[in-house]
Amino acid sequence: MARYEVFVTYKQGIFDPPGATAERALRNLGYEGVESVKIGKYIRIETAGGIETVREMCEKLLANPVIEDYRIEQVGEA
Amino acid sequence: MRFGVVVFPGSNCEQDVVHAIEHLGFAAEYLWHGDMDLGDVDAVVLPGGFSYGDYIRCGAVARFSPIMAEVSRFAERGGPVMGICNGFQILAEAHLLPGAMLRNTGLKFICHAQPLRVEESVCHWLDLPAGIVLDVPVNHNEGNYYCDAETLARLHAGGQVVLRYCEPDGSLAVGGSAPNGALDDIAGICNERGNVFGLMPHPERVVDPVTGGTDGAAFFTTIVRRLAEVAG
Repeated sequence: MARYEVFVTYKQGIFDPPGATAERALRNLGYEGVESVKIGKYIRIETAGGIETVREMCEKLLANPVIEDYRIEQVGEA
Repeated sequence: MRFGVVVFPGSNCEQDVVHAIEHLGFAAEYLWHGDMDLGDVDAVVLPGGFSYGDYIRCGAVARFSPIMAEVSRFAERGGPVMGICNGFQILAEAHLLPGAMLRNTGLKFICHAQPLRVEESVCHWLDLPAGIVLDVPVNHNEGNYYCDAETLARLHAGGQVVLRYCEPDGSLAVGGSAPNGALDDIAGICNERGNVFGLMPHPERVVDPVTGGTDGAAFFTTIVRRLAEVAG
């Protein structure tokens, strides 16, 4: 059994309204150095399947390749 | 002529759609998402709502409902399918229509009457002259249509852009008329063949003057007329 972490984010160039709002809010709080904020999803999966299976899960359901990229990290044995 | 209206867990506009169809004098029945059979319906409507709580992405789980395999086969055979709001999101997730819906740019759930401009299109569900303005309510949080530039060019070239958000006089504002940030003010698109149609606004809510208008009736009456013509 392995544990994977999946990060799903918007593809580059796609407007991320929650990220833009957080970015503005941080600047309003005085963090003037803030260049960019992007908000995505974090998914943790424990499975007996390998990383290829997790990739398949991302392609099929967890991410939409039209608008999103995903990154998978194996973080240990569950 | 019989419409089938699919009920997913979390759909909340199926009764409005069935009521609208019956109000217009046609027959409709509910189809359950867990079934694998469309029965003898001639057209399928995927209603609005929050199927599966909109978890993961709007429509992402519903597209794997058992009935969706049958809806895809029906669409491939040329059967007419209309997805309204969440139904449009499900059709996009199922790759029956190109593109995807992002969160509204203003981060607000929008709910108001909305002018829509009819475009020149191959859509089987609408044959009104291009330029006519319809008043149909919108009611959504993720209606910000997006597709890549290549897909957008193909949509325009193939007459697949069916409806665009517009100003009350039918013009498009500089910087966009879409209340949700949708690309090119796109409110509704169809597939290349024209039989699969998705739109964010809710035509079923405006088929009776008692609810504020009748501009939504055309979608239902057009497909009925078309099917009758095909049947000869």
